[in-house]
This record gives sequence, C-alpha cells and structure tokens, in this order.
Amino acid sequence: MAIREDPLNLVISGVGGQGNILLSRLIGQSLMNKGYFVAIGETLGVAQRGGAVMSNVRISAKMPFGPLIPEGKAHVILSLEPLETLRMLIRYGNPKVITITNFHPLFPVSVLSGKDRYPNYEALRQAITELSALVWFLDATDMGLKLGMPIVANVIMLGALIASSQLPLTRKDLEDEMRDTFPSERIELNLKAFEIGFKALRSQN
Amino acid sequence: MPSLAQGSPGSPQLFMGNKAIARGALEAGVQFAAGYPGTPSSEVVESLAQVAKETGIYVEWSTNEKVATEAAAAVSFSGLRALAAMKTAGLNVALDFLVHLNYSGLGKNGAGLVVVVCDDPEGHSSGDEADSRWVASSEGIPLLEPGSPQEAKEITKWAFELSEEFNGFFLIRSSTRLSLSTSLVTLGKLPHVEKKAHFDTSQCISPYLARLHHISVLERLAKVQETFERSSFNWYQGPENPELIIICSGVGSSYAVEAVESLNLGKSVGVLKLGTLWPIPKGLVAKHLAKTSRVLIVEEVDPFLETFVKKTAFESAKVSKSLKIYGKDSGHLPKVGELKPDTVLKALATLFQMEYLAREADYEQRANDAAAKLLIDRGVTLCPGCPHRASFWSIKKALQKDGRDGFLTGDIGCYTLDVFPAGDKLTKALHAMGSGVGLATGFGHLDRFGSEQPVIAVCGDSTFYHAAIPALLNAIHNKSNMVMVLLDNRTTAMTGFQSHPGTAFDAMENAAPTIDAAKFCRSLGCKVVVTDPFDIKGTTDTLLQLMKEDGVKVLIMQRKCELVRMREERRYPYKVWVDVEKCRGEKCGFCTKSFRCPGLLWDIETGKAQINEAVCCGCGVCVDICPFGAIVREEAA
Ligand code: SF4
Ligand code: SF4
Repeated sequence: MAIREDPLNLVISGVGGQGNILLSRLIGQSLMNKGYFVAIGETLGVAQRGGAVMSNVRISAKMPFGPLIPEGKAHVILSLEPLETLRMLIRYGNPKVITITNFHPLFPVSVLSGKDRYPNYEALRQAITELSALVWFLDATDMGLKLGMPIVANVIMLGALIASSQLPLTRKDLEDEMRDTFPSERIELNLKAFEIGFKALRSQN
Repeated sequence: MPSLAQGSPGSPQLFMGNKAIARGALEAGVQFAAGYPGTPSSEVVESLAQVAKETGIYVEWSTNEKVATEAAAAVSFSGLRALAAMKTAGLNVALDFLVHLNYSGLGKNGAGLVVVVCDDPEGHSSGDEADSRWVASSEGIPLLEPGSPQEAKEITKWAFELSEEFNGFFLIRSSTRLSLSTSLVTLGKLPHVEKKAHFDTSQCISPYLARLHHISVLERLAKVQETFERSSFNWYQGPENPELIIICSGVGSSYAVEAVESLNLGKSVGVLKLGTLWPIPKGLVAKHLAKTSRVLIVEEVDPFLETFVKKTAFESAKVSKSLKIYGKDSGHLPKVGELKPDTVLKALATLFQMEYLAREADYEQRANDAAAKLLIDRGVTLCPGCPHRASFWSIKKALQKDGRDGFLTGDIGCYTLDVFPAGDKLTKALHAMGSGVGLATGFGHLDRFGSEQPVIAVCGDSTFYHAAIPALLNAIHNKSNMVMVLLDNRTTAMTGFQSHPGTAFDAMENAAPTIDAAKFCRSLGCKVVVTDPFDIKGTTDTLLQLMKEDGVKVLIMQRKCELVRMREERRYPYKVWVDVEKCRGEKCGFCTKSFRCPGLLWDIETGKAQINEAVCCGCGVCVDICPFGAIVREEAA
C-alpha cells in the first residue's frame, strides 16, 4: 500500500483523557512495522487536564520528518470531539483535507458553567463539512456506552479511520498491534470496539 | 511491546526523545539515575525506573534536583556511570552544586556523569521559557543538543564517554518538542558492566582553591572544543557554495531541512546542523561562513547560537565583512515561544522573496469566518472529583468569612491551575517550587507594618518535600504569622503520579519508608491539624480558626488524587443526581458557576443544574456545597 502524499500528515485531536495518545501509538507502531518513517508530535503536560489535545502523525516512505505539521497541511483529521475537529480544521485544514469526527460534544468548562455557549450542533456539523473535502460523522461515545465502556470510543474511531482507507494500514495490521499492546483481559473488548467503528464507517459509504 | 532494555540491536523502535535518552544511557552502561519529575523531562528517569529491576540498575526520584545530581555525582566519583535529569526550573535548583562540580571535576576514579535538562519553550507546562544553554556558556559547562530521538540516544551515549575523557560532567539540552515527540530509533547493544564501586580516599574532590580550578575549567573547554570540531553530530548538507546557509540546532534542524525541501531551495541553501553547542565549534562554523554571503539561524528559544555565530564571524579573517546574519535579532524569527515549522518556512521564503501561503486565500477566509462564529476555548481544569477543588472551596469560604482581605500564595502542581484562565484565581502570587510558603513567610511579617491581612500558602505534598521545608523552618524560627495548607493527595499528580518521600513506595516500586508530613511538622513545634477536604464544613471551620491564631499553623488537607483512587478502586463511590424540584436554577447556579466541577453542567433548556453523567466520577462532594440540598447522593451498588 502506498501513501497518496509524502509526507502524509494525520492529525488526531480530542480532549484530555479521551485517549488520543493510545491511537497515535497504535498507528505509529503499525506503520513502523511496515517500514515507514513515522514522527509523532503530541500535546502533553498541563493540557491533559480536560484541555484540547492533539497528536501530529507524519508518515513518509522516503525520509524522517520533524514532529509538527505546518499549518494548513493536514491530509486527514481524526477527531474524538466535534469542536476539536473544527479547531484543527481552522489550523491545519485545506481544500483537500478529510475529516472523521466522533460527533459527541464534550463541553468546555466555560460552557458547563453557563459562561459560553457550545456552538449549535447543526452549524458545527455544517462548518466541518464545508471545510472538508470528505467527511464522516459517527457517535463513537454512544457506541462505546452500548458496550458498557464509553472510553473505548477512541478505538472505535480508530476502526473508522482504518475503514476510510486513508492510511496505508489494513484492519489486520491494527488488530495485530492491539493484541500486542493491550493486556489480555482487554484485548477482546478493544477488538470488538475496533470492528464496530470499522463497520460503522463502511456502512456509510 | 518490548521493554526499554529489550529489543535486538539494529532493530527500530518508536521512542519519544526522553525514552531515547534513557535508552542511550542504558547503552552507555549507566548504573544509577536520579531526578525530580517535571514536564517535559519526567520520562527520562521514569523509563529507566521501569527497567531497574530487569537490568539491576538503581533509579530514584530524589526530593529535588540538587539532591538528585549530588547523588548521581557520588556514584560517578566511585567509578560507575550515572545520570540526573530535570526540567529547566530544576536545573536552577541544582545549579549551586553543578557550578562547583564543574570546578572540582569527577576525581581520580570518575566515571561518566551526564545531566539532562529539558527546556519548555512556550511554557506548555512551566512558568518560564528559559533557555538553559546560557548556563553552559556562563559557567563553562560542555553542552550537547540532539535534533531527533535517534540522535538523542547516540548523543547521550557519547556524552558519557566525553565526560570520562574530560573528567567533568556533560549537559544534554533537550526541549519539549524533542523530549515528547516520538520517532524511529535504531537500537544499539547493551553492554555488560562490571559493577564494582570504589571511592578512592586518597583524594578530596572539591572546587576550593577556586582560581586554580577555574583555569582547569577553561583548559578543559578548549580541549572539548577541539573534539567538537570533528564531531559527526555537526553536519552539513547542501551545495558547495550556497547562497545561504541555515545554521540550526535541536528540533530546528528538522524544520530547516523540511523548509528547504518544501520551498525547493536545495540548490541554493545549505543546512549546517550543530549538535555540540558549548563550546561552539568555531573553526567549523567559520569554515562554512566563509562559503556564503547570507546566514539564517534557526534555534529555540533565545538567540544563543546567533550571538556566538556573530562573534565567530567577527573574529574570523576568512569570513566576509559583508556577511549578513538573520535570525531573531533581525526579526525573521520570534524571540518568544516554541519554534514551529511554519515560522522557519516563512523566514526562509522571505529571505528569497518568495510568497509562502499555508493554504488558498479563499479557504483561509472561510476558516477564519468559522473560527469567529463558532470556536470557543477549552480551558484546562482540575479533574472531576479532584480533592483540590473541594480544598479551594473551603479556602475561599474561610477567606470570605474571615473578612480581613486575606489571600493565598500558590505553588507548583495541579492546583497551579487556579491561576489559569478557567481557575478561581484565589491565588494572588505564584512563582516557583516551594515559593508559596517562602512568600507567605514574608507576608506573615506585614503586621509589624500595619497590615491586617492574613496569608495562607498552599503547597502540594511532593512540593512540600522538594522545597517548602526550608521556608517553613524559616517561618517558625522567625515568628512569621501564616497558615500553610498542605494539599496532600499522596502523589506527584501533575507529572504522572511519581513517588515522593511521603509515599510508601519508591521509583522502582519497592516498599519505602514514609515520611509523615503531619508528624514532621508537629516535631517542629507548630500547630498541625489534618482534615479531609471532602468534609467541607469541618475543613472551612478549622481553617477559619487557624487564621485567627498567631504564629505558623499547618493544615493538612488529605485525600488521595482522584485519578489514583480510581486506578486502585475501579469504582465510583456514589450515584449522584440533581433533584430538579429543589434546584433553584438561575437564582443560584452555585455548583456550576462557582464550584465548577466538570461533572456538573448547566442545562440551558430547563435552567437547572444537571449531572454530566459521562464525566461525573461520583465523589459526592457537590452534595455538600449545594445550599438547597438539591444534589443527592446514594452509595453506589
Ligand atoms: S490529577 Fe488528581 S490532583 Fe490532579 S487535578 Fe486530577 S484529581 Fe486533582
Ligand atoms: S459527584 Fe459532584 S463533585 Fe463529584 S464528580 Fe460528580 S459532579 Fe463532580
């Protein structure tokens, strides 16, 4: 499988605590196994306390790149929260960018306390659509809740990303990687979550 | 995933910069590592701690960075390689020792000693953007700066060898973007080390007679420079006679290479990347300066290289006097904040009169419109169920009830979030580790000058052991009037739950003696009270009472960090809900506007509070802050 751009720039965004880092690790590790150069830049530290977090993943077949994606240069945005999809589009978007969003809003503190209003869902969905060349929306948190584990929304989204065929990775690549990564008692649940996300995206095509 | 000490030589691994440094230390045969946690440096020591049992090396979290470097130096004096790692703020703490250590050298039997310091440009997790390279230049300490995780591993290995060769410790400078970014690292071999430590008592390792030692520091630097001139960590790529050379270091080197490539300037621009930063390899730099007429310097944060490249150009006869040097002084790159690939791209484009557009103007416009219409910030806040939120609530109540315009001095930890945009801002002064208590000892003397304002210092448990103890002793001995509130959550939460002298385990997860903060403070002769911050009324009343008493009082608000509790117990204590009948809605809003746990949300439709089920962790404490008993809890099944 070849990559359509070199470097291929993937942004993974969300809110601290949603498990961004796990995704960038799983993806990075699988790409490395396939012989790609991978660099991952990440938000860590204070921002993890409920703040906006993101990972920049840069994939190349020819050379190692630095860990940060220049503004306006994302090819794919995978986001665990819709306001964060928009934030990333504003920073990294361009007419060719593809977005996959977990449309399950998480309110910032200012909204929880009634100081700010979370953007109107329809307007938000529309803005994301208008700024993307191709969009997918799913509610992975809800799917996770149905599994009794809302936290696996991240792995559900990973399934969706792989199903979108934007990365040079197959379903099996990730399944193997997950088997290597998770402690045995959590493997089944995560494979299930991955499959749910994979199918959810495919069913939209 | 294999551990840091596994994996076959030659195979690639994905490591973040800090982990790569740790692996480099293992490949160099390090036997002892110490540090104090601090973003972006914690993973260096943490990664080594994780393989301590497997490899037989010794790793500790020391009470502070000075102690960490002292302990590591002692091991180096005794013939075993040692490492200490810290963030920039911590280097300041360790500096008193390090300056003198640089004079004394490592003694007759000295083994490699490497000190890793991680700067935090942009202050992502710090109160400063300090560039620690100046410390190397002002104190005459040799310094290396890697540009990628792979290089971080190699340079660390080399630093141990150099340290032995030159009988002095070497500094490795990293920064957030390198320390916390992940990329491919090819593993090397792990050596077998004969571990026989011996301290040669025929010597005394000391910087005294300083003048003589100062001479040897300068001589050492001169010799190190000769070695640096030939180092493969300094490399050049590009045409023989480039129109412009980018001189860069650290993560800036990958941005420089990328900028040349994206702007298609490979035929006119060369990149000289430096990995040996102090002393500057002046000969090498001068040789390249002589081949071009323009230079752009790309580095993080201050114009450090820029200053010394200019000096080199001035001193070298071969360099054209009309050479133009661009960078931070010329305004092509910013003097504040983290370096970004975009800024380098723009600077280079400007110098070649090219236009660099991140994206089409029309898209830019649409993105900006969407931002103006829809985007809101997402502030950082304490976790749901965090004991600090309850502690701050009680402090706020006590200050209000006391009514003498009292205030809080703050410190470094999760509770620092109080001064962030989404915080309560009860904290009126906040600087460095332990400074909350130090400031309070001064404020606590203001009564002699007519002030009636009471002062409270907050300080976390790890911070208390790190730097607050001397301030507390000072306050007691010099009869200051203050309350120290110890926010004791039984861990070093902010940086990832590391051990400290108050925990029952150490960095290697062995059982360890606990230093009981309450007993310790009592032994100093001050009044000490311990409360549970979730007992809001009891805590508030106690604090109010202590504020009225003279002298130094210590109030320990003790409850486990919620994230640690959850990891251990894996269950929510309560089921919590809002009784909409009792909730007074807009007339109150106490819980969401004032207490502001993210587990509570304001339902705009009904105008009442609601539990945010996906977020609430059922700690139940908001039940006690609602003045109308509208929040209800029931023991979870
Ligand atoms: S990590 Fe612990 S101490 Fe820090 S904000 Fe969360 S609950 Fe509070
Ligand atoms: S019970 Fe109340 S204070 Fe505790 S986490 Fe839930 S909403 Fe927050």
